[in-house]
Amino acid sequence: MKVTYFPGCTLKNKAKDLDRYARECAEILGITLEEAENWQCCGGVFTTAGDEIATKLSSVRVLKAAKEKGEALVTVCSACHNVVKQTNYAMQNDRSFADKVNRYMADEEPYNGETQIYHYLELLRDVVGFDKLREKVVNPLKGKKIGAYYGCLLLRPGKVMGLDDPENPTVMEELIRALGAEPVVFANRNECCGGYVFAENPELAKKKSTAVLSNAKANGADMVITACPLCKYNLQKSASDVPVVYFTELLAEALGVKESCNE
Amino acid sequence: MNKKMLAEEIIRISGTDPKKCMKCGKCSGSCPAYDDMEYHPHQFVSMIINGNVDPLMVSESVYSCLTCFACAERCPRGVEPAKLIEAVRLFKLREKGKNRMSAEDVSAFCDADMPQQAIVSAFRKYAK
Ligand code: SF4
Ligand code: SF4
Repeated sequence: MKVTYFPGCTLKNKAKDLDRYARECAEILGITLEEAENWQCCGGVFTTAGDEIATKLSSVRVLKAAKEKGEALVTVCSACHNVVKQTNYAMQNDRSFADKVNRYMADEEPYNGETQIYHYLELLRDVVGFDKLREKVVNPLKGKKIGAYYGCLLLRPGKVMGLDDPENPTVMEELIRALGAEPVVFANRNECCGGYVFAENPELAKKKSTAVLSNAKANGADMVITACPLCKYNLQKSASDVPVVYFTELLAEALGVKESCNE
Repeated sequence: MNKKMLAEEIIRISGTDPKKCMKCGKCSGSCPAYDDMEYHPHQFVSMIINGNVDPLMVSESVYSCLTCFACAERCPRGVEPAKLIEAVRLFKLREKGKNRMSAEDVSAFCDADMPQQAIVSAFRKYAK
């Protein structure tokens, strides 16, 4: 199966780990992530204002690129996923917004939210299936106690994202189990890390991130996984010593391709 | 712009209806930035309903909001205070010369590990 892939800026740069492990593991699981052509930055955060049009066009364009190829669109970064998914939802449900967008892009084919978009975790759960994934594991991560940190962007707004139960998600815990490790559920797993506020109020970001990791540690996690480069950055800057890695790194380790990805 | 028009404009930009609020306080109870805000999410809602937007326009509170959507998720009435806060923020930033962050500021907070996402997100939130 081939899908259109939107890596986003960070996966091409500071979060190369998130990208290359994702591609390599998808191949093993029978899915080719083919990068969309000429994609542009999603902007990092979705602006909820209905009269903000131009900032959402890059998302519409990549959604449209997938539609034209008749493929699903896949994202890996939580922020890209949130922005593209919320934009797609607006294109489906807000006629006045969709009309304005299509007027902006009047020389192109109109788009009305037809593309199916998956976060990589949904791809694993809904397309590959965790049972099939389990069969492909060559290096089970036995004995590891791992906390899944969801943060905000994968889950909220719940009715738009539809990825999981926003208050009691399970997809990453199921992933951890499929890879042979033990998931550690902790209360702060869907609380904010502080996000972009670090840029002008680093103390606030540090407070939020420290709360997340100390809660994970108090519940017995040796390590925390995330799908978001900004979460990872904030968490690592906090006052806690719990290691934070991308979920794709864990996947690559269990599928036995971590080393070859780094060659 | 008079007070009533300003409140109406904020509501229009937000796309949400603050009058559905039943003053349960769940939004503020969920807010991770609560301690760092002068006006809390439920106050944004009631002040906008009452046309009392001026204090919000000069307060720093909008810039403490993390856009985590916890208030929107947990509001039992679908008011989604985050959208009202976003509308106030945009209304402020859209005024000429009112950007809160410029390219020169980036060097002050940038370090070698910082993901690109951090910088573009900060610009989305602090500049127009
Ligand atoms: S979106 Fe903003 S106001 Fe709402 S809970 Fe999060 S930080 Fe608080
Ligand atoms: S959670 Fe909703 S209904 Fe309750 S006070 Fe906040 S805005 Fe009003």
